[in-house]
Amino acid sequence: MHSLDYRANALLIFSVTALAFICAIPSFSDKFSNQNPSAEIQILNINRFKKQSYGNDEVSLTLDITADLQSLFTWNTKQVFAFVAAEYETPKNSLNQVSLWDVIIPDKEHAKFRIQTSNKYRFIDQGHNLRGKEFNLTLHWHVMPKTGKMFADKIVMPGYSLPDAYK
Amino acid sequence: MGWIGETVDSIKSIKIRQLLTQAVTLGMIVTSALIIWKAMMCVTGTESPVVVVLSGSMEPAFQRGDILFLRMTKDPIRTGEIVVFKIDGRDIPIVHRVIEVHERKTTGKVDVLTKGDNNDVDDIGLYADGQMWLHRHHIMGRAVGFLPYVGWVTIIMTEKPIIKYLLIGAMGLLVITSKD
Repeated sequence: MHSLDYRANALLIFSVTALAFICAIPSFSDKFSNQNPSAEIQILNINRFKKQSYGNDEVSLTLDITADLQSLFTWNTKQVFAFVAAEYETPKNSLNQVSLWDVIIPDKEHAKFRIQTSNKYRFIDQGHNLRGKEFNLTLHWHVMPKTGKMFADKIVMPGYSLPDAYK
Repeated sequence: MGWIGETVDSIKSIKIRQLLTQAVTLGMIVTSALIIWKAMMCVTGTESPVVVVLSGSMEPAFQRGDILFLRMTKDPIRTGEIVVFKIDGRDIPIVHRVIEVHERKTTGKVDVLTKGDNNDVDDIGLYADGQMWLHRHHIMGRAVGFLPYVGWVTIIMTEKPIIKYLLIGAMGLLVITSKD
């Protein structure tokens, strides 16, 4: 009962259990944090709007993105991954979501920002349905903890539309 | 000369019983580990409820050696989710984020494009030749939680198999020599 391997075993089990418990607590405390993020996106310019050689529409636009995600940061937050996606419907697809821009926010100071940028990733449709298309722009965020459960949410901003003709 | 035979017999019989007990105990330990693993598979809905992060393509969120807890539900796949997928013909699961989704109206099937946060380009180069999209059956689960550093044990054991054999040998030795 008091041999070395019994003691080593008991110590190991206890420390692993204690560590697991310690890792679970900050994750649990995240449930009680008060979060009220806000964001606003404007389309400054449609730079290019054409049909590719394979027949798919492609858009290039410049966005003005203002966001305040500071309330998402708790002591257990490692980083917040934020991205803007365009969502729209086409005759063939009930839902299309295309990520246009993303950013990794490492701390609270960087979480309140305003940026003007063209889309980081190409906005290409499956087909040529984008002329005059109405779409939503959504700002998603994904909170990655130092340990434990990750959570994500989004703000949907409807009411954007593309021009009726190619440019 | 009779009592020598008796002692030899009694020694032999003790050893066998002890050996059998230890073998059964070892078997019980291995099978309970298996039961726990299978139960986790049932609860999380995926055939690999836990994976180890092998590359740096999702830094700084996930570093090499972290472990991710996965869960697979019937919910539709949407952008922003961190998914684990396997390419046809390759064994290694990849953990990246979904950046594009196209869902068919009629069938509900999805075309999915993924990208590692730390990579400059999307994953088209990783998919099989001629494959432009991932589909639901490629995706094994979504990452819902994580623990840092714990996965290094697995990485070391995979990359330096000597250590794995040493560990198993040491455990075997402990079981055989323990006086219970």
